[in-house]
Amino acid sequence: MSQNTAKVLDHFDLFRQPEYVEMLDNKKTCFEGGRPDDEVFKIADWTRTMEYREKNFAREALVVNPAKACQPLGAIFAALGFEKTLPFVHGSQGCVAYFRSHFSRHFKEPTSAVSSSMTEDAAVFGGLNNMVDGLANSYSLYKPKMIAVSTTCMAEVIGDDLDSFIRTSKQKGSIPEEFDVPFAHTPSFVGSHITGYDNMMKGILTHFWEGKERQDNGKINFVGGFDGYTVGNMREIKRIFDTMGVDATILGDNSDVWDTPTSGEFAMYDGGTTLESAADALNAKGTIFMQDFGTEKTRDYVKSKGQEVVSFNHPVGVAGTDEFLMAISKLSGKDIPAELEKERGRLVDAIADSQAHIHGKKFAIYGDPSMVMGLASFLMELGAEPVHVLATNGSKDWQAKMQALLDASPFGQGCKAWGGKDLWHMRSLLATEPVDFVIGNTYGKYLERDIGTPLIRIGFPIMDRHHHHRYPVWGYQGSLNVLVKILDKIFDEMDKTTNIPGKTDYSYDIIR
Amino acid sequence: MSKLRQIAFYGKGGIGKSTTSQNTLAALADMDQKILIVGCDPKADSTRLILHAKAQDTVLSLAAEAGSVEDLEIEDVLKFGYKNIKCVESGGPEPGVGCAGRGVITSINFLEENGAYDDMDYVSYDVLGDVVCGGFAMPIRENKAQEIYIVMSGEMMAMYAANNISKGILKYANAGGVRLGGLICNERQTDKEYELADALAKRLGTSLIHFVPRDNVVQHAELRRMTVLEYAPDSKQADEYRQLASKIHANAGKGTIPTPITMDELEDLLLEFGIMQAVDESIVGKAAAAA
Repeated sequence: MSQNTAKVLDHFDLFRQPEYVEMLDNKKTCFEGGRPDDEVFKIADWTRTMEYREKNFAREALVVNPAKACQPLGAIFAALGFEKTLPFVHGSQGCVAYFRSHFSRHFKEPTSAVSSSMTEDAAVFGGLNNMVDGLANSYSLYKPKMIAVSTTCMAEVIGDDLDSFIRTSKQKGSIPEEFDVPFAHTPSFVGSHITGYDNMMKGILTHFWEGKERQDNGKINFVGGFDGYTVGNMREIKRIFDTMGVDATILGDNSDVWDTPTSGEFAMYDGGTTLESAADALNAKGTIFMQDFGTEKTRDYVKSKGQEVVSFNHPVGVAGTDEFLMAISKLSGKDIPAELEKERGRLVDAIADSQAHIHGKKFAIYGDPSMVMGLASFLMELGAEPVHVLATNGSKDWQAKMQALLDASPFGQGCKAWGGKDLWHMRSLLATEPVDFVIGNTYGKYLERDIGTPLIRIGFPIMDRHHHHRYPVWGYQGSLNVLVKILDKIFDEMDKTTNIPGKTDYSYDIIR
Repeated sequence: MSKLRQIAFYGKGGIGKSTTSQNTLAALADMDQKILIVGCDPKADSTRLILHAKAQDTVLSLAAEAGSVEDLEIEDVLKFGYKNIKCVESGGPEPGVGCAGRGVITSINFLEENGAYDDMDYVSYDVLGDVVCGGFAMPIRENKAQEIYIVMSGEMMAMYAANNISKGILKYANAGGVRLGGLICNERQTDKEYELADALAKRLGTSLIHFVPRDNVVQHAELRRMTVLEYAPDSKQADEYRQLASKIHANAGKGTIPTPITMDELEDLLLEFGIMQAVDESIVGKAAAAA
């Protein structure tokens, strides 16, 4: 139907108009060679059977919907945690456009990153000139305090050497000799975004620490790892350190750069760990790593400098947070204050209030390896069963540790860890061994529609819901947030299945 | 533990690079040095004399079988040969496909990350032909090989390659720590070979670290997939390799930044030694009938 300024249909309604319905039907029958609906449904049903699952898991060469992204994305994440740092990706432009938009879609904030725009000639002759010009332009246009260089696949395949390129650029005068340019090679055909985070974090620390003598100053460093909740989490972690009176350095504080107040002026940089603190972090007594999988190289490097190292797997819940706080207390020598003990008591109280609704519920979880480990532990603490725990970027080592964790709890019996599997595997698992809820990122909404398992959005990226990254998932407060996310979905589902008047609504209760 | 010393052997294909390097490294092993050989040639023949094996399973072929490099264990790719020398072959694609240079990068990263370099005295890279792309320059990147040894002979193309490799080293030497350790002349019995090699070394700003004479015992040993050091330890040739090994051992930190020369200068050098005749420019490009 015709539209005018008084009546404009948006895309939700536009394509449901009869002229579009007819057009799309014609397209399918006349041009696309589409199969009849009943045949499509028949095949779709077959793909939900155990027979198909076996074929699916025998798959060797193909990956369908991997729950991971590529290395430079993580490198940019790590770089943005430092004061006035411009992430510079040596390679092709398109990759970097994707990184910027991916972060912006999740955090709903602009994300600044530049590329050296390598093209055909750079692929043949090497990207040195792109590096020389790119660094000069970035330095004069965007006035950063530090430029952190990573690579796309293109630069990696032709073997461009960042170290010598950056030195040569400085010799050629494109940036001052003393300007900070840490770097990390981030080939995407190895690992995932968490590997890139690790490489860049190690690159930055190496840049500031190498050749210096460490003198223990009793401080503590904190490395969060790649984390979609970094805005809320970092603020919560800083609050915990403050409450305990611990002098801590957050290595990579992304909380302000992805949550800049609207003042009318665009702020390209905001907050971040100062470069002085990053350099001084060498002298800390110890470093706490929040996500062991995805910070291995950084952890080993920090350890090699003589610091104490404590690694966690994304602790959520009472026991997880207890261990985390006790580690801080042990490392710093400060007691855990009454205020945090009260928060603990409140979380225990909240769990007790709602436990009846969670106990025995079955879950599937997918996401980054440390995160799913932390969430699975919390679920078992609540008496829920994490039946399928999947991490596309989970190694054999992760799978073994995850399985051991499941096997150690009565609520983990019959539950299974799946390392290196993708969301098409997850679909088969959900179809053949159904669970009550699936926990994952935005892409899980397709699984929800396809299989009918309700999705609880926890992970990265969350692009179709707003502002969740502003709320922490770490600490007792953060654990409470996770508990509420889970409970909200449980009650929503309860309402949905008890709402037909006169038929099922005898339990459509106002009180749950 | 002594400080890890990393060296690399480059040179034109077929020049006897792998033979020279394996014999020299065997001699270094006789000097109680703990050695790791990293073969960076898709042909994967850099370690056969040490291992007495036809061909070793390579990092990349095993990675391809396992699915990815991440699924590989270091024990799968490390083999132990003569005097416990550790051997790894990087491997690479079939001729005409893929990217062998990326293979070198992948393999070296894998070895470093999985602790293959721990507790070693020497890591030696054996690299094919010229520095044809960024991947084959991996061993001369910062914090890799400190000295590069170029294996050459008195033949024009071998000298041309030696000059080219020097250009590659120069690119990295200006900004970093890699140095040219010297030339190793593997005798082909061309005219005035020693003099020519020595002159080229001087022009490149380095020295002819050793002149390895031709001796059939090398071929005899190779037929048995052995180094001369193992096959005929009392031979004169074994002694030559021992000398070369001690010279390399004593050469730590003495490398230079190479001064590669132009093609014209290289031709002038050959003219000077009477290897090449001056070209009569008036006959260039003229067919026999026209002359």
